[in-house]
Amino acid sequence: MRRKLVLIGNGMAGVRCIEEILKLDREAFEITIFGSEPHPNYNRILLSEVLQGDTRLDDITLNSWEWYERNGIRLFVGETVTEVDIKRRLVRTDRGRVVEYDELIFATGSNPFILPVPGADLPGVTAFRDIQDCERMIEYAKTYKKAAVIGGGLLGLEAARGLLHLGMDVDVIHIFDYLMERQLDPTASKLLQRELEKQEMNVLLRKETAELFGNGRVEGVRFKDGTSIAADLVVMAVGIRPNVDLARRSGIEVNRGIVVNDYLETSVPHIYAVGECAEHRGVVYGLVAPLYEQGKVLAEAICGRKGKPYEGSVVATQLKVSGVDVFSAGEFMDGEGTESIKLYDEARSVYKKVVVRQGKIVGAVLFGDTSEGRKLFDMIQRGDSVEALSLSLFAPAALGGKGSLAAAMADTDVVCGCNGVTKGAICQAIAEHGLKTVAEVRDYTNASRSCGRCKGIVAELLEHMLGEEANRYAAKETICGCTDLSREEVLEAIEQRRLMTVKEVMSVLGWKNEEGCLKCRPALNYYLGMLYPGEYDEEAESLFVNERLHTNIQADGTYSVVPRIYGGVTTAEQLRNIADVAEKYNVPMIKITGGQRIDLLGVKKEDLPRIWADLGMPSGYAYAKALRTVKTCVGKQFCRFGTQDSTGLGIRMEQTFERLKTPHKVKMAVSACPRNCAESGIKDVGVVGVEGGWEIYVGGNGGTHLRAADLLCTVKTEDEVIEMTGAFLQYYRESAHYLERTSKWVERVGLEHIREVLFDVETRRALLERLHKALSTTTDPWRDIVENERVQQLLFRDIGDKEPVPVE
Amino acid sequence: MKVEVGTLEQLPKRLGKCVRVGNRELALFRTSDDQVFAVENRCPHRGGDLSQGIVSGEFVFCPLHDWKICLKDGRVQAPDEGCVKTYRAAVKDGLVYVEL
Repeated sequence: MRRKLVLIGNGMAGVRCIEEILKLDREAFEITIFGSEPHPNYNRILLSEVLQGDTRLDDITLNSWEWYERNGIRLFVGETVTEVDIKRRLVRTDRGRVVEYDELIFATGSNPFILPVPGADLPGVTAFRDIQDCERMIEYAKTYKKAAVIGGGLLGLEAARGLLHLGMDVDVIHIFDYLMERQLDPTASKLLQRELEKQEMNVLLRKETAELFGNGRVEGVRFKDGTSIAADLVVMAVGIRPNVDLARRSGIEVNRGIVVNDYLETSVPHIYAVGECAEHRGVVYGLVAPLYEQGKVLAEAICGRKGKPYEGSVVATQLKVSGVDVFSAGEFMDGEGTESIKLYDEARSVYKKVVVRQGKIVGAVLFGDTSEGRKLFDMIQRGDSVEALSLSLFAPAALGGKGSLAAAMADTDVVCGCNGVTKGAICQAIAEHGLKTVAEVRDYTNASRSCGRCKGIVAELLEHMLGEEANRYAAKETICGCTDLSREEVLEAIEQRRLMTVKEVMSVLGWKNEEGCLKCRPALNYYLGMLYPGEYDEEAESLFVNERLHTNIQADGTYSVVPRIYGGVTTAEQLRNIADVAEKYNVPMIKITGGQRIDLLGVKKEDLPRIWADLGMPSGYAYAKALRTVKTCVGKQFCRFGTQDSTGLGIRMEQTFERLKTPHKVKMAVSACPRNCAESGIKDVGVVGVEGGWEIYVGGNGGTHLRAADLLCTVKTEDEVIEMTGAFLQYYRESAHYLERTSKWVERVGLEHIREVLFDVETRRALLERLHKALSTTTDPWRDIVENERVQQLLFRDIGDKEPVPVE
Repeated sequence: MKVEVGTLEQLPKRLGKCVRVGNRELALFRTSDDQVFAVENRCPHRGGDLSQGIVSGEFVFCPLHDWKICLKDGRVQAPDEGCVKTYRAAVKDGLVYVEL
């Protein structure tokens, strides 16, 4: 008997929680969802894109109708729950439907707050909260010219931007002294206002609305100071209120939101609240990241696997307002007991501020250049001391101040005053001509040609350009022909706008070919998986057949099976088992691979799940852009020359990193002495044992582009090998282009730069943390498929044989 | 003659399915905009299994060597050359029919 789970509210937070529940236990609940809107769950954050007219509802849908169906969820849209009977545990809707529940989740979100002024109910007045509002605004823009947006917060400015885009004249009315006071301090706000006014937005500050007037429909807004403006469309964007009426009527404790504890439980047993309607430790969150965190905690609790409680979130806002990058986090206003460090460049509209309390970094605002936002956010969360900020403001002292001045300069800053050469011009020359010395830079650009005082900075810039920085100046390489955007631009947009699917990325970023191609679809699949470990499920239809079916396709249309044999060490029992399976399925060829494993070749597609089940071994990922194999030599257990236990370390490495998805395939090897029987010198990561330690080599390749690996470092213990390898792999995952082997990547970004990153203790720790997060979300794909009849049906079985029976 | 080859349910969007009718092997595709196409399941290059290719709009990429084939007229796209046989497909009441 499955327990009955009812979700009130079909929005981002609630449905995300359901997704998490399905991941933990597909069979636990019979799930019913009620949504007042007539749509499946869509990405509300992207409503402004819809308003701008280049995106359709379909493009921002997070869960399609099919998704609900596939997961056996009963969905009632356009239907509102009007009553919860907590004694009899049932809900009633406005259509008279009665549904019982064992567990009930409130995810009712927020309602837009409509000012209680005369005329608020006139036709032509709308909120900006859902698809219907969007459609209404698009409709009005076709016939009317003059819009007023009440509310100069983020939502109001997005609405205003959209209306401008639709060709209307827009007044933004704000009650406060400056715009977006919740996310910005006055200085940043003024800069923003200047940008918006450049874009033809008209901003009216310190205006309190007294009434909306009009004959039969809205014609204007009158303020308390007696002034008024004309408007045929008025958008109310003054704030949102948690939607708590139903909870309050049902006898659940409500404050501003529905009061919940650290496991999202309300005051009534078996009733939970998640998302914008919930109030946790006195805070109601409106950003997507905290809401998803809540959903995860609730899913674990409701499935009876209570894990870490939800302890609240430090909120950072990183946004693009009308094309301007804005970031703020923590306590960003100057107040009693705070000091701040500021950088204000009016000419370039760049402003940065870090707020310090008792020597600790507690908040920040960035305007115009938010590249350090992520880093500052981490510092604020950790409560780093102000010492961690170097003088060049925000270049972390961890880099030893090296290149920090160069890094902190803007491209338009002049490096060589005598000859008027900017940083941008120097960097471009370095990138384009592969310049290596100060003299070369001088000959190409004239910088440091006269008084020579800037030689030091030129040298710093050369260093600075050895790493990833160089990509910014080199000719832009787009992901593929479907877009004009580079990998970096796409990744940044994915993170900033929290794009969650391949389709969403393509539609929001204006892909020229909306179906994508062989290059970009698998690439986006990888990037989304890397950015959202455990949250993003790869799209089968965007994967090459090998990765879709977890096998290698062969020339004759059959497939091959390579099980994991850790470190190339097997047992008699394992070999017997493999032999039995090979016989049972008449496998035409059994081949020993170069990676010290066994390949069963010539298998039929529909036999694959059966073979995997009979083998009972994990996938060797011989088909994947992931860790393939860790080749080992015999090592000191038997070898006369072995200095170390290479098989032991190889097995441990393979067990640690197996299933890790990477931009391209990764091969590793461990040898126990410099004779290198495992060929560590031509692997992506090769380890060589020496007396008292291990050498780690990276970026080797034994394939098309033969390349000897570079020595990254020498370490003493196996633990250090695992740690360094892990950090290296994660940095590769995060900064390489999809399908770029480590050999190419190491050459592109430079070994020195990689060392700099990996040897910094703090950076390494952060890389490893992200690596472990990614690893913790992986499961063996063969077993998953063996246990999933639906996927077998979908991907491994043909429709089959049909006798041609003519119809008609 | 018109033959019933399966249900629309059996065709997930943008994932090909193979069906054998008598001695013919067909690849069936349902595109994002819900059109259904049927082509001979053999890439003219090296006989690749087209039903396992990546689908983009009205094209499929052969999984063996990335040849791009138009599902509408069966033509191989430049720079490669060739053609696969196409079959008229239709959907009615959730059933998929192919003209042989």
